[in-house]
Amino acid sequence: MSELTLTIIRLGLLVLLWVFVFSVVGVLRGDLYGTRVVSRLPGRRSGDRAARAKKPKPAPAKKPSRGRRVPQSLTVTEGPLAGTSLRLRESGTLIGRNPECALVLDDDFASGRHARIYEREGQWFVEDLGSTNGTFLGSQRLTAPVPVEVGTVLRVGKTVVELRN
Amino acid sequence: MTTVSSLPPRKGRNVELVLLLLAVGIVVLAYLNVGLATQGTFPPGLLAHGTGLLVISLAFHLLLRWRASYADPLLLPIVTLLNGLGLVMIHRLDIAAGRDVADGLAMKQLTWSALAVAIAAAVLFFLKDHRTLRRYTFTAAAVGFGLLLLPLVPGLGRQVYGSRIWIGLGPFSFQPGEIAKIVLAIFFAGYLVQTRDVLSLAGRKVLGFTMPRARDLGPILVAWVASLGVLVFEKDLGSSLLFFGLFVAMLYVATERTSWIAIGMVLFSGGAYVAYLLFGHVQQRVLLWLHTFSPEALAVSDQLARGLMGMANGGLLGTGLGRGRPDLTYFAESDFIVPSFGEEIGLFGVFALFMLYLLLIERGMRTALGVRDGFGKLLAAGLSFSVALQCFVVVGGVTRVIPLTGLTMPFLSYGGSSLLANWSLVALLLRISDHARRPLPEVEQAAAAQAEATEVVKIR
Repeated sequence: MSELTLTIIRLGLLVLLWVFVFSVVGVLRGDLYGTRVVSRLPGRRSGDRAARAKKPKPAPAKKPSRGRRVPQSLTVTEGPLAGTSLRLRESGTLIGRNPECALVLDDDFASGRHARIYEREGQWFVEDLGSTNGTFLGSQRLTAPVPVEVGTVLRVGKTVVELRN
Repeated sequence: MTTVSSLPPRKGRNVELVLLLLAVGIVVLAYLNVGLATQGTFPPGLLAHGTGLLVISLAFHLLLRWRASYADPLLLPIVTLLNGLGLVMIHRLDIAAGRDVADGLAMKQLTWSALAVAIAAAVLFFLKDHRTLRRYTFTAAAVGFGLLLLPLVPGLGRQVYGSRIWIGLGPFSFQPGEIAKIVLAIFFAGYLVQTRDVLSLAGRKVLGFTMPRARDLGPILVAWVASLGVLVFEKDLGSSLLFFGLFVAMLYVATERTSWIAIGMVLFSGGAYVAYLLFGHVQQRVLLWLHTFSPEALAVSDQLARGLMGMANGGLLGTGLGRGRPDLTYFAESDFIVPSFGEEIGLFGVFALFMLYLLLIERGMRTALGVRDGFGKLLAAGLSFSVALQCFVVVGGVTRVIPLTGLTMPFLSYGGSSLLANWSLVALLLRISDHARRPLPEVEQAAAAQAEATEVVKIR
């Protein structure tokens, strides 16, 4: 057997060993199981941990924007969760203290299932779900579903939410 | 502001299969390299050894698919590669010593590997939930300390090259300390998960450390006395360091208090210093460590010096498998297998091996992070730390970082007890990782079932 073949095999073995190491590392990278942490707005104070941990993953945007006035996300502008932003879902976005809500508030003035933002025939509505302290659109307390658009400001307890696109 | 959401779990069994085939491929290539370099022909044992390794690892892979489908996909390929490379090196030393394939050490090692995998498979098969082990906390303590002290029993224990860590039963000899490592990790995990609150909360602050109360020092003192006992009576610094280090590390993992590490280090170095002053064999080890090339040290043993010269001969890329002279060192196939590799595959190759160990340990620690129960966390952390510490003791010993001791490199070294213990350890890690990665059972289903049950009552 020639010396050249041996040298090739010998160096090939070293290369293969490192290929193995790097493929293991590659699997490691794609294998970070458990949880995914999605950063929203940087530089703001972080909210209550319980609310953060229990919040379900925001649904990915399926449809492209259908107009400038159609809201696509809501952002908390005041209250303990200020800075939080999440995508609106066609199936409805619940706001309240209950952990199953999309926006979980840690607010004594909010009800378990406080309000809902949902879509009907291309129009978005906000609806109060019989909360104790009410949902306010400006100074007006909601009694029935009200259409909303980008820029609408809602108040739920101590939290102020603004709709954005 | 961030949200935390769960990712859908991946099983990764196919990734495991691909990596496993790659690992066996590397081993076959290494084997071919040895054959071509030493005999110039296609090696005759390649088929036997290669197929043996392939069958063993594939059988274990199929068992994982069947019994622990969410287990970590990286542990098995890494361990297979290490075991296989160990086989190749032992085979290469067989050739150097003029032993035949059939009655060489490599064939014995392959048989031990098959047995070890079978036992690991049995562990995985019968142990469906690692939390069962918690019931046997104090049984594990008794068995562990019993195994540790077994070599001291007259008639059973054997003194081999100064250390009394072997037991002999007829033709078989066995190192019970390797098994004791696992059993004691089970005990420490079960014990610490019960007592960690007391150990971590009570105490006063001294110099920024929260010092434990005097009465809570009991367990660490017992562990310290036991490990010193091993050092003094079995003359084995390595096992002693391994057990004490394992306990201190698990104590730290359980309580998150650095003071335990400080206390442990002070206790161990104090004990080791006293042992150095009192016992000749410890002084000898220290002499060999600090003044390896002095005439006094060479008069005692030139093993370490030979190992170092071998590694120096290998250099960056190594002499190539089959082209060095690792057989010049005594115990080149067990305690000194790392210098053997260092000589033949060089610094590059040895670092790849160390990376494999690092990744193995990382997977163990990741499992400890992922698993939801405290016992599993402590057990996984303890088991992987014991592998880490053992690698440190062995590699540190042969490279003159710490005094040389007689531990084996996990999976690589020749030795049945070491293989048995480490494969079982990996089986335990696989079982825990299966629990860690398995998604939680659906809560809604349980709720629906409950709702139905209430409805049945209402129907009347």
